[in-house]
Amino acid sequence: MSVTPLDASGVAPQPLEGTSLWKSARRRLVRNRAAMGGLFVLLIIGIMAILAPHISAHAMDDISWENIGTPPNWADGYYFGTDSNGRDLFARTLYGARVSLMVGILASIVSLLIGVTYGAVAGYMGGAVDNVMMRIVDILYSLPFMFFVILLTVFFGRNIFLIFVAIGAVEWLDMARIVRGQTMALKHREFIEAAHAFGASSTSIVRRHIIPNILGPVMVFVTLTVPKVILLESFLSFLGLGVQEPMTSWGVLISDGARDMETAPWSLLFPATFLAVTLFSLNFLGDGLRDALDPKDR
Amino acid sequence: MTVSQDQPGWKTGNQTPLLVVDQLETRFATPDGTVSAVNGVSFSINKGETIGIVGESGSGKSQVLMSIMGLLPHNGTSTGSVKLEDREILGLSRDELNKIRGTRMAMIFQDPMTALNPYLTIGRQLTEVLTYHQNMSPTMAREQAREVLEQVHIPEPGKRLDMYPHELSGGMRQRVMIAMGMLCRPDLLIADEPTTALDVTIQAEILDLLAEQQAATGTSIILVTHDLGVVAGLCDRVLVMYGGRIVEQGPVREIFYDPQHPYTRALLLSMPRLDDDLAGDLPTIAGQPPNLARMPPGCAFAPRCGFASDLCRQAVPPLREIAPGRSKACTLDRLVA
Amino acid sequence: MLSFVAKRLLGAVPTLFVIITIAFFMIRLAPGGPFDSERAVPPEIQENLNRVYHLDQPLVGQYWLYLKSVLGGNFGPSFSYKDYSVTELIWSGFPVSMELGLTAVFLAVLIGGSLGALAALKQNRSADYTIMTAAMTGITIPNFVMAPLLTLVLGVYLRVLPVGGWGDGHELKYKILPVVALALPQIAYVSRLTRGSMIEVLRSNFIRTARAKGLSEWLTVTRHAARAAFLPVVSYLGPACAGIITGSVVIEQIFSIPGIGRYFIQGALNRDYTLVMGVVIFYGVLIIVFNLIVDVLYGVLDPKLAHR
Repeated sequence: MSVTPLDASGVAPQPLEGTSLWKSARRRLVRNRAAMGGLFVLLIIGIMAILAPHISAHAMDDISWENIGTPPNWADGYYFGTDSNGRDLFARTLYGARVSLMVGILASIVSLLIGVTYGAVAGYMGGAVDNVMMRIVDILYSLPFMFFVILLTVFFGRNIFLIFVAIGAVEWLDMARIVRGQTMALKHREFIEAAHAFGASSTSIVRRHIIPNILGPVMVFVTLTVPKVILLESFLSFLGLGVQEPMTSWGVLISDGARDMETAPWSLLFPATFLAVTLFSLNFLGDGLRDALDPKDR
Repeated sequence: MTVSQDQPGWKTGNQTPLLVVDQLETRFATPDGTVSAVNGVSFSINKGETIGIVGESGSGKSQVLMSIMGLLPHNGTSTGSVKLEDREILGLSRDELNKIRGTRMAMIFQDPMTALNPYLTIGRQLTEVLTYHQNMSPTMAREQAREVLEQVHIPEPGKRLDMYPHELSGGMRQRVMIAMGMLCRPDLLIADEPTTALDVTIQAEILDLLAEQQAATGTSIILVTHDLGVVAGLCDRVLVMYGGRIVEQGPVREIFYDPQHPYTRALLLSMPRLDDDLAGDLPTIAGQPPNLARMPPGCAFAPRCGFASDLCRQAVPPLREIAPGRSKACTLDRLVA
Repeated sequence: MLSFVAKRLLGAVPTLFVIITIAFFMIRLAPGGPFDSERAVPPEIQENLNRVYHLDQPLVGQYWLYLKSVLGGNFGPSFSYKDYSVTELIWSGFPVSMELGLTAVFLAVLIGGSLGALAALKQNRSADYTIMTAAMTGITIPNFVMAPLLTLVLGVYLRVLPVGGWGDGHELKYKILPVVALALPQIAYVSRLTRGSMIEVLRSNFIRTARAKGLSEWLTVTRHAARAAFLPVVSYLGPACAGIITGSVVIEQIFSIPGIGRYFIQGALNRDYTLVMGVVIFYGVLIIVFNLIVDVLYGVLDPKLAHR
């Protein structure tokens, strides 16, 4: 006599709620305190940068002969003190924020566009074209770009537009790789063919299938590239190869501050702190986004 | 095949058992709650005996071994008692345990490719056991390593000593593992699914090798497997585990020919035999293994058991002796064929 | 092994080619550069230029000659240091930069590796959190912020170390701050890398076997785990060298150290095209060589690759 199987009368399984990718990603992100803290700090710095002329007591290039290299003095409106030229450090730090953040975002966008286009073309064309294009990426990847950016500034001058382009042109490699991978994977997926068969136009395929798959990595990329760009720009400015007078950026301020640190340490400490805090916040946010969108990628 | 059945003492239990496990419980703290992998396992093994532990994945059989050897991950805790020759080893400090591991009890694992260090030569991995535990000189250790490789029938042992694991075949790697385990002549050899990752033909060779080693050294063997065929070939006694508990145990022949627990019977019936009638479906056991994070209050097998009664579902049936050397955890008195 | 090296060298050639070609065209296209007819170039420099760049030849000829001269190690005369050729300048700065860089790499591996391993062994406990937070700081804060801050604390407030300079090249006190500032980001990165790798390795089956054999935890970690855990660090040495080269440029500038990096920046500020180009090509070659050495090293250390 054999055992007659009974229905399993164990604990009934819980029904799973359907959650969209974005909802669960958002939930994970919100729970990540470092990322949320970073976001908060970034918003504050961003608002301060935007409102710079309204909240500073002095203009950023106003020279005051009586207040050369003075420590913070809230009564006179020199919240962060003055630099060795008698200019209000608070205003200059906020203007520096404007420049750094602007360069960061714009250059990242340039990077993004170059990377997405390059990657999509390579992925779509496939074959020999793709091989060559990716080989170029590999070669470029092994070179330290800082040098080429410096070269560009030496040879072609120091205008800020060039800096955007130069920096953007060196950071696109990762995005190109990601987009190429996505494009290749999607090229072969059956639902694309099915969609084609159903008469769906290419634009709607791109809109409904390709874009959502790429949006996540794009967001992570931008959030993690902005600090790299800010870093590169600060680096150039620090060396004297970045933005020119009367514009200022954190790199310039830090360079000046380092020079004057024995007599006026605040002129180093304030911009350095702002730069460090911004970079930290961006990195926390970027890491948080990456973990939220792809939790298994630890 | 096995010499142990003729050894005096195993049936009457006159000599002190080598290993006594009493009410072993092992729990893991996970983000989803506490998982009870081992729920009150008790058994003993005598010198020279071979016992097999069988069960499905998730039955807790591997965790019993890990608990005995003290190889649980950080989030695992064991309670109960494990005595090696009357000495409590559960809860020993790592340094104390290290004196016993590799010397008095050794373990071999399922996948020899990942169980051996790919970055060290075979020779190094063998000799270090001897140089560390027995303070042997490197030359002597190397000579002994070569000898033990010969004993496990590895051709050209001298050359193999300088090879890396990836240069050997799967069967040879498992032989190396067995050699490594036997180096210090342990009293107890624990084998966690030693043949599962190997081809069927190699499986037989490895099992023969284990039997041979045991005959030569009198080592006791605990063999964990999900393959009943392996048990039949090598073991004196078998423990059947389900849901972290032993549900039946006894001498191999008796269990196989007269299973007294519904799970054991279902397990045996689900094994296809060469002389089976080819028509009809392959018998399976309906249902799923229990969720170890949320165990039912009664017998873990009750939800899938055709003979279950309310009594079974209310409380866990204790393991009770139904014949000399045989016990089962079931409310039924007798399961008739 | 020989074929492996040959293959890698072959792969490096296109990269070198790309660098030299970019260099050539940038010099020719730069506004205000030596080829800009509007720029007033002092006659002695013009003579040198004509000689070096063969301006009477067709473009292809010029490129070919440039290629040959670069491959022969001749980068032309410096524009700003009037009596020196670029090669001479690079040669004089090289020992200094090399000493700085190699020490930094050494520190990065030694300290970074140890800290990372420690963090892995005490995973999720306070030592781990402290080390990882410090590492995060080291990676995020750029070295041109870190160096002045360190100098502020150690040089200005505590006055234990000099604020800059190199002395005669033999005094330790001048070397401490620059080396530390240069090494810090790499120490941070290596420690994170090592921690991650070690945690992975400690979970693997062969570590379980080592423990089952009753080996002490010390032996298990140093003999069994370390080898496996450090392979990714070896791989990272290539990019690490590139990072240190990049960092040295800033560090040498901040601390007024007479290395190649400083010449590079001076050259950049003075629009000394040949100097700047020569340094970039030189650095490019260095990076390629380092990457090759690292690859060979990795091939030797990983038994699975060594037996081919």
